[in-house]
Amino acid sequence: MTGLALLIPVALGLGLTGLAAFFWSLKNGQFDDADGAALRILIDDEDRP
Amino acid sequence: MTASTPNSGPVALPVTDFAVPGMRCAGCISKLENGLALQPGIANARVNFTAKRVAITHLPELTTPQLLAAIADTGFEAQLINDALGDSAGGEAQHLLKAMAVAGFAMMNIMLLSVSVWSGAAGVTRDLFHWLSALIALPTVFYSGQPFFRSACSALRKRRTNMDVPISIGVTITTALSLYETFTHGPHAYFDGVVMLLFFLLTGRWLDAVMRNRARDGVSALLKQTAAGAMVLQANGKTTWIDAKALVPDMVMLVAAGERLAADGVVIEGVSSFDLSLLTGEMTAQLVVVGSDVHAGTLNLDAPVQVRVTAAGLDTAIADIARLMEQASQGKSVYVRVADRAARFYAPAVHTLAALSFLGWMAAGAGWHESLLIAVAVLIITCPCALGLAVPAAQIVVAGALMKAGILVKDGSALERLAEVDMAMFDKTGTLTMGRPTPTNLADANGEQKAVLLALARASRHPLSESIRRGLEEKGVIAAKIEQIREVAGSGIFATDNGRAVSLGRPDMEISHEGLAAQLQIQGQPSFAVHFSDQMRPDAAATLAELKTLGLTSSIISGDRAESVAPIAQALGITAQTSMLPQDKLDAIARQKAAGHKVLMVGDGLNDGPALAAGHASIAPASASDAGQHAADVVFLGDALTPVAIAIRAARRTQHIVKQNFVLAIGYNLIAVPLAISGLVTPLVAAAAMSGSSLIVVANALRLKMAAK
Repeated sequence: MTGLALLIPVALGLGLTGLAAFFWSLKNGQFDDADGAALRILIDDEDRP
Repeated sequence: MTASTPNSGPVALPVTDFAVPGMRCAGCISKLENGLALQPGIANARVNFTAKRVAITHLPELTTPQLLAAIADTGFEAQLINDALGDSAGGEAQHLLKAMAVAGFAMMNIMLLSVSVWSGAAGVTRDLFHWLSALIALPTVFYSGQPFFRSACSALRKRRTNMDVPISIGVTITTALSLYETFTHGPHAYFDGVVMLLFFLLTGRWLDAVMRNRARDGVSALLKQTAAGAMVLQANGKTTWIDAKALVPDMVMLVAAGERLAADGVVIEGVSSFDLSLLTGEMTAQLVVVGSDVHAGTLNLDAPVQVRVTAAGLDTAIADIARLMEQASQGKSVYVRVADRAARFYAPAVHTLAALSFLGWMAAGAGWHESLLIAVAVLIITCPCALGLAVPAAQIVVAGALMKAGILVKDGSALERLAEVDMAMFDKTGTLTMGRPTPTNLADANGEQKAVLLALARASRHPLSESIRRGLEEKGVIAAKIEQIREVAGSGIFATDNGRAVSLGRPDMEISHEGLAAQLQIQGQPSFAVHFSDQMRPDAAATLAELKTLGLTSSIISGDRAESVAPIAQALGITAQTSMLPQDKLDAIARQKAAGHKVLMVGDGLNDGPALAAGHASIAPASASDAGQHAADVVFLGDALTPVAIAIRAARRTQHIVKQNFVLAIGYNLIAVPLAISGLVTPLVAAAAMSGSSLIVVANALRLKMAAK
């Protein structure tokens, strides 16, 4: 039973963290431009020679 | 980013949104963002690739034309987005997604606790787990259940019932009863079932909303086609930029070549030709002189003109068409979706069944507590997730498959309506044909002629010049160096090449070949005539034949003259009506509707907008005017016409699968409901049955992945 007292809050806490992270990213606009995010990785940021 | 404000304190700079349809790749993103940030006065530019937009943060001094010019410097064409028609569309999907995330989180955690209860936890442990479940479930039901409660309330207020009514009642009663069970240390609490039900149903709703949003970035489409403003000549002789909204009759607009008109008016100075394709669908440019009426949304091709405004904003011809479109689309909103039609029969049945089992068990001598428990089990088992998923799962799969094939479906009801059509009406220009004049004999010109032709064509924005340019650039022709270029409205472009006079323009001799032609003259050489024709889409005939096998009769309704429609109608062997105004097209559709037909409208121009909105279903090519795309249910990419047939076939297949899904969901009820009525359904059985039936329905829907082949 002592194990439960520790593990259940831990499990709930982890779940809540994930949920909060998801809400934060949604609010932060991380899902607004899914196609663009996939393309931005291809952009070279260095100045051209 | 390098902010170019002198004292960049916490002053909020204005942000302006532009639509840039031309961006296609990662290079475009960096070109736009980096190029714009280098321009004076622009602090930051951020591209949204999905919506094909760029948001520019700039100094308040910069006007819209200056920003447009800045974007043009980076090599892109842009249009100001009218922010009046806002972005509320994405809000609904996001809200559903949040509700779904909460329900998903709660479902996983309650399941964790439920599994131990099912596997034999008893006494204090079970009570503790039930209490914990309640603690998670209550806020979840309150938050995630809102979309259903709200929709159920509004349906009940209108004295109607929909799918959400049994769901809301089921969820509320089950939660209340489970709470009671928890208080009284009962063995069964249905918190897991309630939350799971919400999660699966929200998934269905969310899929539906995502689908609707995906193809809906042209909300402000129609007004985008008119210019966002105009240079207006003031009384003191100065010119100022005035926003389209602020234009009033009797102002004088200066319209440069290549600009779209922002309001209706009369030409008071200058001679030019106008591209009316947006309004009439006709491609031949029309000559305008002093006294000609011109309309908002049309494009000035040749020379600057001055136009006195006669009607602006909501009074313009383009706004009239918009209104016509709105009226026409109201008829469509009467359409009741399959799921709601099913709910009309289903909801009363479910309620009666639950009430009867409650009364039955009471009569049989069970206590009210046990009877209520059984009634709740009936409720929760009969509003299965499978029914909520049956339609959206199938539709999202088929929409994804169609999207890969270059066919964008606006929403689920479009697929349902598309499956029902039995008659097709086509616009001609831009729909059965490519909608652009293509030079047919460029290969006959010699090398020198080609080089001069390209140089001249590049200097003009006339549609014929543009198509010559496109044709020659494809072949890798290098332009000659020409000087002293000038464009004369209505006659052509004149220049000199190594001292020789060269020109490209209106042919002076009678060339009767399909009407459209342009003539290249080089001093001291015989002239060369370029012929144009608007070619039919490559597989128009095959597509119409296929539609026939699908049971659709086709005909043409065109705003063009009979002479230009006749050859196409003959080649395809279908009937045609010609010289139709937007209102005539609406009437034609209304007549067929009255005769009991369900009309599929295929069209592209602004003049087809109302007809597209009025058709039982409608399809537009991606080359269509934004208004056309906005009004159509389905938009297809590419030059071929086959997507029309593919879309109809896929839609019919989807309906087939949706019906199968309903049969599966109802079949599951036939097995589960007797169990529930006889009191054998425990929370474990309910959970297993719900997820099992949902998986089967989704798996069945996945068979549609190949539907677009």
